[in-house]
Amino acid sequence: MTIKQLATSVAAATLIAAPALAEVDMSGKTIEWVIPFSETGGSAKWGNFFAPLLSEELPGNPTVVVKFMPGAGSTKGANWFQEQEYDDGTLLFGTSGSTQFPYLLGDPRVRYEYSDWVPVMASGTGGVAYLNTEDGEKFDGSANNLQDIDFIYGSQGATRLDLVPLLAWEMLGMNVEPVFGIKGRGDGRLMFERGEATIDYQTSSGYLGASADLAEQGKAVPMMTWGALDDDGNIVRDPTFPDIPTFKEVCEATDGCETSGEAWDAWKAFFVAGFPVQKIAFLPAGTPDDVAATFAEAFDAVRSRDDFATIAAKQVGKYEVFVGEGAKRATETGTTVSPEAKAYVQSWLQEAYGVTLK
Amino acid sequence: MDLFVTALPALGQAWAMILQPAVLGYLVLGVVMGLAVGVFPGLGGIAGLSLLLPFMFGMDPVLGLALMVGMVAVVPTSDTFASVLMGIPGSSASQATVLDGFPLAKKGQAARALSAAFTSSLFGGLVGAAFLTLFIVVARPLVLAFGLPEMLMISILGLSMVAVLAGRVALKGLAAAGLGMLIGTIGEADAGGSLRMATYDIPYLTDGLQLVIVGLGVFAVPEIVSLLRQDRAIAKNAELGAGWGDGVRDWVANKWLSLRCSLIGVVVGVIPGLGGSVVDWIAYGHAVQTTKDKSNFGKGEIRGVVGPESSNNAKEGGGLVPTLLFGIPGSGSMAIFIGAIALLGSGDIEVGPSMLRDNLDITYSIVWLLALANVVGTLLCIAASGGIARLTTIRFTYLAPFLFMLISFAAFQSGQNFEDILALFAIGLIGIFLRRFDWSRPAFLIGFVLSNPVEKFSNQAFQIASFRFRDSFEAGMQYIFSPIVIVLLIITVVSVVLGLRQAKSIMAEGDVQAGSKRAPLVFLMVLLAYVVAALINASMIPDYNMTDKIVPLVVGGITLAAVLIVLVQMLLRPETDSIFADKEMAGEDADAPYGLWSTLAWFVGLIAATYVLGFILALLGFLVSFLRVRAQAGWPKTLILTAAGIALMCVMAGALNRDFPPGLLQDVTDLPWPLN
Repeated sequence: MTIKQLATSVAAATLIAAPALAEVDMSGKTIEWVIPFSETGGSAKWGNFFAPLLSEELPGNPTVVVKFMPGAGSTKGANWFQEQEYDDGTLLFGTSGSTQFPYLLGDPRVRYEYSDWVPVMASGTGGVAYLNTEDGEKFDGSANNLQDIDFIYGSQGATRLDLVPLLAWEMLGMNVEPVFGIKGRGDGRLMFERGEATIDYQTSSGYLGASADLAEQGKAVPMMTWGALDDDGNIVRDPTFPDIPTFKEVCEATDGCETSGEAWDAWKAFFVAGFPVQKIAFLPAGTPDDVAATFAEAFDAVRSRDDFATIAAKQVGKYEVFVGEGAKRATETGTTVSPEAKAYVQSWLQEAYGVTLK
Repeated sequence: MDLFVTALPALGQAWAMILQPAVLGYLVLGVVMGLAVGVFPGLGGIAGLSLLLPFMFGMDPVLGLALMVGMVAVVPTSDTFASVLMGIPGSSASQATVLDGFPLAKKGQAARALSAAFTSSLFGGLVGAAFLTLFIVVARPLVLAFGLPEMLMISILGLSMVAVLAGRVALKGLAAAGLGMLIGTIGEADAGGSLRMATYDIPYLTDGLQLVIVGLGVFAVPEIVSLLRQDRAIAKNAELGAGWGDGVRDWVANKWLSLRCSLIGVVVGVIPGLGGSVVDWIAYGHAVQTTKDKSNFGKGEIRGVVGPESSNNAKEGGGLVPTLLFGIPGSGSMAIFIGAIALLGSGDIEVGPSMLRDNLDITYSIVWLLALANVVGTLLCIAASGGIARLTTIRFTYLAPFLFMLISFAAFQSGQNFEDILALFAIGLIGIFLRRFDWSRPAFLIGFVLSNPVEKFSNQAFQIASFRFRDSFEAGMQYIFSPIVIVLLIITVVSVVLGLRQAKSIMAEGDVQAGSKRAPLVFLMVLLAYVVAALINASMIPDYNMTDKIVPLVVGGITLAAVLIVLVQMLLRPETDSIFADKEMAGEDADAPYGLWSTLAWFVGLIAATYVLGFILALLGFLVSFLRVRAQAGWPKTLILTAAGIALMCVMAGALNRDFPPGLLQDVTDLPWPLN
């Protein structure tokens, strides 16, 4: 049943290939939502979660299929999307923090420009750092007693989202040795559970899925969240984890850690780019306003569903979903950092890990 | 004990959930879809599951699970068709099956090999499920006992199977494995991001080569080309010698081997991070080591089919442990499976540590759905094997164009780049020459497959060990030489020693005659040039990225040494020595009516035409001209076969929502599907 339906709809969509109708009606069409990662990552989960909901809310209920175009940590897919032109609204593209960071850091492979694209939806997440039991006992809301311990951390790479935790720990004066080359945060957690790593962080859904269980059993001690942004752009406690202090609070309590100055500004800039605005859905350059508005309305209808909070909590966490203008503003915050912050992080990466981006 | 008190009722509930007509119906539907997808090489469970995902949202959990598990479970069963009948490793789970399964097909015993493989798969699947039922409630600590040093040792154990598959000249086998490892390091390094034998100007290379492409290139391309040159049916004399009943009897005769290999499959499958890539090689090595008369391996030994096939379905069961208990997928298809489970029902089944506590009944349902799917899938496959085996009696010239079509499509699906097809061709060339000069292709593939795990685990284990040593010498030694590591180390040493002793009698390529010195020497020089280039390239990586250069340097150094010794031997020995083995001197290839290059030119033609016209148009021209010119078919036959081939591609791509490789034409014009 299912294969046949899909096959016929694909065939129908392509054979008809009707010229774009005056009012936006997408019945019979197939929208491809391209995710520049493999089928196995968090972005795949995100796309697969929203795709059927989007299909229900778009006029004419087009089929929405998620396609994967992994390569070069999403740079390949984003470079490809940069070259796509608006056709008939049947192409959607989803980026993640890993697409934003190379763009922000001036990676030489980046040939895409965020401001060319038309954002229709953006959503965020948070992150929680936690310690092993032994060192966790020394944690008193500040990192003062953690500064002479050597920690081991399983990392995906200093230029990825791991930049945010690594820089935060560095600012707290902690000595965290990253073991690079793991494939996902799940592997990092396993390393922590085996006792090979002694400190770890997970994004919200990863933390809720497994690490919270460790914390409950006393095998892990939550240290801090990265926090969330309020309407004025201040860092406040993460609504998903209201009982865990934010990095900002821990930093304020720790000797030698400043919540102002260039290090703090750089950290905050990259935190904003990586977490509260982590995943964005784009239409290609040149998309007419009415089509963009149709998508924004559909996503608005998705987030207004009665059961959205419940089903989203498990899949993408209890975080705000921005649509339309909100998505546009979120994209701007998420894809701009000051030249100072950029320069600071670049030189820190060079000094600490020998990473040169040229 | 508490666990078992809760486990038994949960097991009962699980059976009550499964044994409903609707659930079984969905299971069969999933099995049939899985078989349809799995038959095509290169399209594994990932493609199938992605197809099901859109329908999972809000679906009744048990029904959705039945559909998905049905599909996942049978992919390692159905990909055996391609391995046995065409010599194409359908997925990483069936690489080792090719070694003896395909020679059996060539002997006209395809049905026997298939049914032996399917019976073994069935048994493996059931053993896996039974084992898991008991084991899953206590699995967690055991899985956590496997740290980085342990995983490194398992990878090395897998690598040690090179010894047994090295062929007549052990050094050539070693060099082939080293070359495979070096090719596996191509691209951006995982740890520090340094480029190895790649440049940002060719973005394709920075991601490295995909296993699908290397597997197809090393095994499928050389066999297709060779058979096509000989212009005969796969089965000599185009007759089927043994029926499916023989295969079942073969399994009965080897049931203990099957049991042991099933257990190997479950245990290795349980360890997250290794996945299926080593299991079948370890099982194959075990089959060889426990067989008295080893002379038939590589030439059609049924135990070489029973072993790997028993392990690969059992592995799927084992792979559920990290997936369900830790939320860490053991393979790509398991990753999608996790994502899909969260979409089911109201989304309250959450994979991870809470799974056993809150959803033990669901866990057991999954385990036994897997077993049931194996039963259904195997019965369907055995029923079909007699008929499908007839493919081996068709004149190969009629099959070859479709195989070129399928492997090009499969290669393209791995990365959706035109370069995927070019890479397939390049690796195919390497495969052709490895085969011709009797350099062990299995060793090459094992090297490639294990290159990344060996590099990753050794780097990470080294880093963590050095932190432990900083604490104290004792802590460091405890970390590196855990009891598990020591046991694995002993097994590895024993298997290398035994393997080397046995390797001489296992001739995967048959008894290849030696002849002149020139061609084997030229090929050796080409290998030498690549190894030297890779070494120089690795040594240029700056020292602060030591993690990115150390493995290529060490592996390259060993390979270089092996190649140099072979070179010296070649210079010293007479041209009749087996070191100069060359298939073009005598035997099937030498007597073939068609030459290598003129045959390969057809494949080149398809690739070149695809570059210009896009895949479907190129395929149209390729099929028509091939069937008319090479196969000398009449117009009606040509047109019917061409239409059938293109229709098959369109249905497959349409149903799985896959693209075709576009060409220059598609850049300048806007054509309707499927031409776009």
